[in-house]
Parts: sequence; C-alpha cells; structure tokens
Amino acid sequence: MARAFTPKVITANHLIEGDVIYLTATDTWSRDLAEAELITDEAHAQLRLLDAQSQAATVVGAYLADAVSGDAGPEPTHFREEFRRTGPSNYAHGKQEALAHV
Amino acid sequence: MYKYNEFDAAFLAERNAQFRAQVERRIDGSLTEDEFKPLRLMNGLYLQLHAYMLRVAIPYGTLNSAQMNQLALLAEKWDKGYGHFTTRQNIQFNWPKLSDVPDMLDALAEVGMHAIQTSGNTIRNVTADHFAGAAADEIEDPRPVAELIRQWSTDHPEFQFMGRKFKIAVGGGAKDRAVLKAHDLAVRVVQNDAGEIGYQILIGGGLGRTPMIGKVINDFLPRADLLPYLEAVVSVWNQIGRRDNKYKARIKITLHEHGMDDIRARVDARFALIKPTFQGADQELFSEIEAYFAAPDFRTDSTAVFSTAYKTDPVFRSWVDTNLAEHRQDDHAIVTISIKKHGATPGDASAEQMRVMADLAAKYGYDELRISHEQNVILPHVHKSDLPAIHAKLKQHGLGTANIGLISDIIACPGMDYCALATARSIPVAEQLATRFDELKLEHDIGHLQIKISGCINACGHHHVGHIGILGLDRAGVENYQITLGGDATWSAAVGERAGPGFAYDEIIPAVERIVSAYLDIRSTPDETFLETYRRVGLAPFKAALYPEAQKKVA
Repeated sequence: MARAFTPKVITANHLIEGDVIYLTATDTWSRDLAEAELITDEAHAQLRLLDAQSQAATVVGAYLADAVSGDAGPEPTHFREEFRRTGPSNYAHGKQEALAHV
Repeated sequence: MYKYNEFDAAFLAERNAQFRAQVERRIDGSLTEDEFKPLRLMNGLYLQLHAYMLRVAIPYGTLNSAQMNQLALLAEKWDKGYGHFTTRQNIQFNWPKLSDVPDMLDALAEVGMHAIQTSGNTIRNVTADHFAGAAADEIEDPRPVAELIRQWSTDHPEFQFMGRKFKIAVGGGAKDRAVLKAHDLAVRVVQNDAGEIGYQILIGGGLGRTPMIGKVINDFLPRADLLPYLEAVVSVWNQIGRRDNKYKARIKITLHEHGMDDIRARVDARFALIKPTFQGADQELFSEIEAYFAAPDFRTDSTAVFSTAYKTDPVFRSWVDTNLAEHRQDDHAIVTISIKKHGATPGDASAEQMRVMADLAAKYGYDELRISHEQNVILPHVHKSDLPAIHAKLKQHGLGTANIGLISDIIACPGMDYCALATARSIPVAEQLATRFDELKLEHDIGHLQIKISGCINACGHHHVGHIGILGLDRAGVENYQITLGGDATWSAAVGERAGPGFAYDEIIPAVERIVSAYLDIRSTPDETFLETYRRVGLAPFKAALYPEAQKKVA
C-alpha cells in the first residue's frame, strides 16, 4: 500500500544568490518558510512542483520538502530543512543574519 | 615556485572568458540547469545548502604571499570575509553569488590561480606533502612532479568525462604526510640501490563508502616513464571501470574486482602502446619546472634570540614544541600555523588572518606558504631567529594556538552546516570537542591524537583514517554519530574499526571523553601514543568504556 501523503512545501535555491526560497500560494518566491504554501493534496503538489521547475531562469533544484503547520505558518519536520531555513550553526550567517537585521 | 608562462596565462584567460559567457547564458535563460551544471562543476562551482560554493585549487598546497592576499581579497569582496581550507588543499568560498563568480575567477587568474577540475569526473587538484622542499626526511621535493601532473591532467582530452573523479597525491619524504594510501593513485619519490631517483606507484586507495588502502602497482618506475605510466593507469581504469553504479566506479573497486595482476598486465600493455608517443617533451618540461622549485637561498644567522626566548617564555616554548617540524637546514624550522583555535571552525581563516600569514611569509618565510590536508597553514622555511617575532604576531591574530597533532587539531568537513550532501553536522562537534579538551587542560598530556570528522559517508573528513574517527549520519531523522578507532593516515595506513552503535548529537562529546580517559588509564607509559595503545590492547577496553550499560548487562 502506498504511503499516506504528508504535507509539503516547495523549496529551491535562487539562481543568482543561491539561497533557499519557498513557493507561496500566490505564485511568488519567499525567503521565509512561514510564507510558503503548505500543500496537503498530492496531485496539487505534483502540479505545483511542475510550475516551480518550469521557472528555470529564477530557481534551481525545486523539490517537495516535508513540513507541518505551525502557529506562524509551515515548519520543517527534518533537521536538514531546519538548517536550510536558518543558516549554518558556526556563524550567524545566512537567513538568521538577514532576520537579525530586520 | 612555479610561475605561469604565456601559454598558461592565455589558456586560463580563454577558459575564464568561456565560463563568463556560460554564466551569462544561464542567467538569460539560454542554458537550463541540466546543461549548465556540468559546466559550472568543471570550474569548481557547486550549489550547496545555503548558497553557491566556489572551490579554488591550491595545487600541491603551495602559495606565495600575493596569492594568499588575493584569497583574502576574494573573501572580503565577494564572500563573508573568510575562506575554508579543505582536506584536499583547496580553499572554499561559501557565499558567492553566481553573477560574481566570473569576476572572482578573473581575480584568481591575476595571481596564477584557478578552480578548474576541483570538481567533476576528472583528475582533481593534485595534492602533495605540505612540507615539500623543506622536510629533513625528504629524498626530493615532490612538487615538480605534482606540477608536471597538474599540467598534463589539466584539460587532458581523454580524461574530462570519466566514470568518476580521480585523485592523485605525491610524496617525497620517508614519512608520508600526504595520506598517499587513501588516493586513487599515489606517486612516492624513491631511490633505488644504484642511487637513481624513481617513483613507487600505488593505486586503489580511497575512503568514502568502501574504504580501501592503496596498493603498490609498480615498485620503481624510472623518472622518464612517469607521465606515460600514469596515462596508462588512468586510461585502463577509464575503459574498464564500472559506469553502471557510481558507488562502484572508483579505481579501488576496479582493482578489487579485477585483481592487481590483471590490472598490472593491462597497464603494462597500455604503457607499451603509449610510451613511444612521449618523445621527450615531457622531460624537457619537467626540467623547466624543476628549476622553478629550486630551494631558496637560505640565510645564515645566529639563533641566539630563539634560544633565549625558548628558555624564558613558556608560551613560546609550548608553541615551538608543538607546532614546529624539523627543517633540512639546521638553523631553519617548518612552522605550522594552527587555524584550529579552540572552539573555532577547523580550516577557516578570516581575510585579516590570511593577510597576516601572507605578510609573515613575505617578511620571514622566503615568500612561501603551504596548506595542509590537515587544514592548517605552513610557513615551510623560517630562520629560527625569526620565530619569536612570528609567534608574537600570530598570537595577536588568533593564530598562535599550540595544538598541532593534538586532540584539538581536528579535521572536519563542512558537514550539514554547508554541504548539500551531508547527513549530519561536523563543525559544531569539532568545536565542542576542542573546547572541552581545552577546558580539561589535558591535551598536551594526551599527546598525539588525531580526531577526524565527516558529516556523511563520502568521508571528506577522512574519518576512516583518524585515530578516533567520527561519522555523522541521519538515523530516522536525527543526527547520529558513529565512532571508529585505530585508523592511521600515514605510511602504516589503516582503516579504523567501528566501535559499536552510534551516539546522538548531545552524547558524542562525552563518548569521546570516555575513550580518551580509558586511553589515559590503559597506556603503558605517558609516551605511548593513543594509536600505539590501541594497537597493543585492541578495541575491547575502549568498547567497555564507550558502552558501560552493555557491560553491566553482560555482567
């Protein structure tokens, strides 16, 4: 029996900066996971992934990543996605740096 | 050291212009990512977890001060003010923008550097003994051979799209400081009974998923046969190496499957075919290259300043005892600058630190610097009278740590903090281990102990050959660390034995502490190193220390 579908977000790296981005429900790309569209339907997920992958001039390596609904929006379920939305743990670089400047 | 001639400069300029155009076509949408990826990889550009990463080759680990200063410029202008020196004598910049990379490559070309063949299924950056040209135990400086191999392998038409990557290392000392036995191919400078210099050739070493120790395919290769022989080896492997499974594509698997006799026979046959096509141009080139690596004109002076400082300054004395190696000139020393300050990221140097090291090399070190696979920086030639001034300057910039060869001189790959392939973090484990053993004030008492940490099975952190090896894995969505013991990265190379079940992120530091404290209890004398003790007593007592609960159950 096929495994039950778990909620996903679509994530990729930006073509120029190379940083982590997420597809929102309004078809824009956000640098904040909380703004991503949380997809709960498998067929919809595949369509959205095709949409994302067709934007070759903006994004690289789009894929579906597991996420769960949190208070402020989608949250990661795996530590790799936690690091991707935060940045490295040895310096306050990456997304955590950008957030500190807000 | 080698200086680019007009041909080298023109080749690099053309190659950089090509890549600039390729980047432009990627950005304007004319190239898809699938089309662009092999092109960027051929030029050392990866896409990692948080950003692009540019891997710049430091061929055989040799740099001059102008090159080091240029790396500092790249770090400041296009990155976040630092660079990461790797276990393959490369430097990686973790934060470049795609659109800036062509400018970075042009800036590198100004000082005769590039990122070519630092990735992809090609012959990679050639590595060498980081004490080359300086070590007291050396038969011959291995760098002319390494440079010859670099020139031969760069853009070699037969070896641009192989089944997998191919790594070559060269050593010229009695001791192996280049992990020769963990390379696809290793060249070791040797001397025969007649006093002639030649090369011992090893193949089939490698770490990763299937760690293997390299084996001798040719005990004594005459000097003039080197390039045709290497070409024969790579060519044979390129033809019969497996392409159905990338995990079985390296030459270590080909050797394992076919056996040495079969491979040697094929190489000999191929060599007989190729040899006549080498009509001496390679030997002329080698002579030209050799001239570039002539030893500097070593100055002579009194070493009284050194002796006084050694007697009167305990901090200096500790640094001298730990970070210096014997130079072939009595009044000179080889200085290893630790870029492993306790609690800092192994292998990272800030732009400011790079400039300090460049200045020291220019002022005191005959303008030479080396990068070791152990992720430190070396001033290969220093007159002993200059050591106190060098040490004072290093201390001011967080570069005076006296820990070379000790437990906090840890090799660590970037791990999941940066690498897209990683399955767990390695940098914070290294930082915490170094901090912990510094707090315990035990590291000089522990003595020579190498910890090597990889954040995935590909083993960039050389964990298999660490005295204590740590491998970070993803176990059911949680970071988990496996320990191996008894690995050896020298001529007596050995792959470490797995100690048992892995440890969670918050358990790994205490686990290593238990191993070390067991060693301190078991060692026969304070002079018996960890590895010697391990070889004497085996895994059992360390296992008992690592898994006390299991011991209780058995009892």
